[in-house]
Amino acid sequence: MSEVIEVRWHGRGGQGAKTGSAILAEVLFEAGKHTQSFPEYGAERQGAPMKAFNRVSDRPIRNRSGVLSPDIVVLIDPTLIEAVKPTEGGKETTVYIINSPESPANVKKKLGLKDSVKLMTVDATRITLEEFGQNRPNTPMLGALAHFFKDVPVDAFIDHFTHKMGAKLPEKVLKANQNAIRRGYEEVQQG
Amino acid sequence: MSRKDITSGNWAVAEAMRQINPDVVAAYPITPSTDIPMKFSEFVADGLVDTNLVTVESEHSAISACLAAAVSGARVMTASSANGVALMHEIFPIAASYRAPIVFGLVNRSLGAPINIHCDHSDSMAERDSGWIHIYCEDGQEVYDTMIMAVRIAEHKDVLLPVFVCQDGFITSHCFEPVEFMDDEEVRSFIGERDPLFPLLDIDNPVAYGSLALTDYYFEIKRQQVEAMKHVERVYREVAGEFAKKTGRDYPVVDTYKTDDADHIMVIMSSAAGAAKDTVDRLREKGHKVGCLRIRLFRPFPAKAVVDALKGAKSIAVLDRAASLGAPAPLFTEIKGALYDAGIHIPANTYVYGLGGRDFFPHNAEEAFMDLINNNMSPEERYLGLRE
Repeated sequence: MSEVIEVRWHGRGGQGAKTGSAILAEVLFEAGKHTQSFPEYGAERQGAPMKAFNRVSDRPIRNRSGVLSPDIVVLIDPTLIEAVKPTEGGKETTVYIINSPESPANVKKKLGLKDSVKLMTVDATRITLEEFGQNRPNTPMLGALAHFFKDVPVDAFIDHFTHKMGAKLPEKVLKANQNAIRRGYEEVQQG
Repeated sequence: MSRKDITSGNWAVAEAMRQINPDVVAAYPITPSTDIPMKFSEFVADGLVDTNLVTVESEHSAISACLAAAVSGARVMTASSANGVALMHEIFPIAASYRAPIVFGLVNRSLGAPINIHCDHSDSMAERDSGWIHIYCEDGQEVYDTMIMAVRIAEHKDVLLPVFVCQDGFITSHCFEPVEFMDDEEVRSFIGERDPLFPLLDIDNPVAYGSLALTDYYFEIKRQQVEAMKHVERVYREVAGEFAKKTGRDYPVVDTYKTDDADHIMVIMSSAAGAAKDTVDRLREKGHKVGCLRIRLFRPFPAKAVVDALKGAKSIAVLDRAASLGAPAPLFTEIKGALYDAGIHIPANTYVYGLGGRDFFPHNAEEAFMDLINNNMSPEERYLGLRE
């Protein structure tokens, strides 16, 4: 693990990229890491492409610049594969986590990435449609992210969600979110 | 027991306000400080504070209500940004002259035009001669801690001046990161109760505010404000010292990072100091003796502390997140003035960066450091991260 892990989220306004980034920061903070979470503010419109960022480190984080060269790229909307440049600033070692029903090999081809690049796909849209009848793809993406932070188990993500939202959500909705996180972890296609 | 939680710069201000439990808050929300009155109004609605929240129709009215409440003897707080701050301008020098100890969460944002919601220091720098104390914070923890210390500094009877607690819009105000909060009780015992001098509502000892003083007394009253400002550094050190003992978090008037043996020093304010310090570490690994001086207290300007930190350097770079159109940038002017008075002549470059929220990256800091290292010095204003 390099000293500071930088994460860039791509989503569309209203899909929960900002919230996903905030929850990731909280979960990793509770696991003892130093974290930052910040969105890129532009025109705040539902459906408009937007970005959010995380920094994660075992040491206090001082740099507050935007993320230029991410270690992880999370794409929570499949239509953004073509609409934005998810590979911008990417390194050889950058890991991509993409909401897509397709195989990692296909998505790599679409993104113009080499076969050696690590890329995971997870059909987060289908998972959330099945679990709670809405396209809220950020929760399965959090589950998929647990593959990267190996010292933080997926249960930490689920426990955090339960602890944070348990009092606010009806039992059924809470359960659906818990399932969505776990399925995001389990149904990832590694490539 | 203190607790550590993930929070934003704005929420850190609101949480400090909840714990301080001011008598009056009058505010008119504006981006990027909107979260402060928004979150605080939830605390009011939930009955977590006893504050009289005055919802007004403009920033001018907000600060006017704050001023009236403060001279009445109340403990008063508010928040604003950019054009909201500019609309309040008329009242700022009056608040300072009435010796109204208002604590103000100022979330820095560029002044229009063009309309821009992002960070630079043009809003607060335009108020540098308003008679307020200015403190600039690097991160959310510092914002929270400074709000609490500011109450004590503002209300100290040798000072009695309003305070701006500045943080960078979005960069700090909307960044979620770990912040350690004090206990409610700990905060309350640290700040104590306000014991106002000459409150308007003390009907047994009537006083007048807002009277006329023409050529006869105006000048003397301004001189008294000069005197009050002279007490700020001493009081600041007392309060910060006590705070450090309680929390272990120390906030000197200037933050020196590896400046002791540095040949080349970057002078900077607020959140961009993080990228500057990371760059110091990287350049030191390559054998360059560089350091960073962050100015925290900007009004009154801590000239002695600045000179002490810079006097051994061979060259310096001063980075301003505001331009003074037609004259050298504000921080650069102060630094030069302080060195001149100390009889020290160090070659200095002046850089303007980050206007309108243009991001400041470690490579921008490196560019300025490399100018110093390569002895590429000149008096002309330079720009970092600008397309020309």
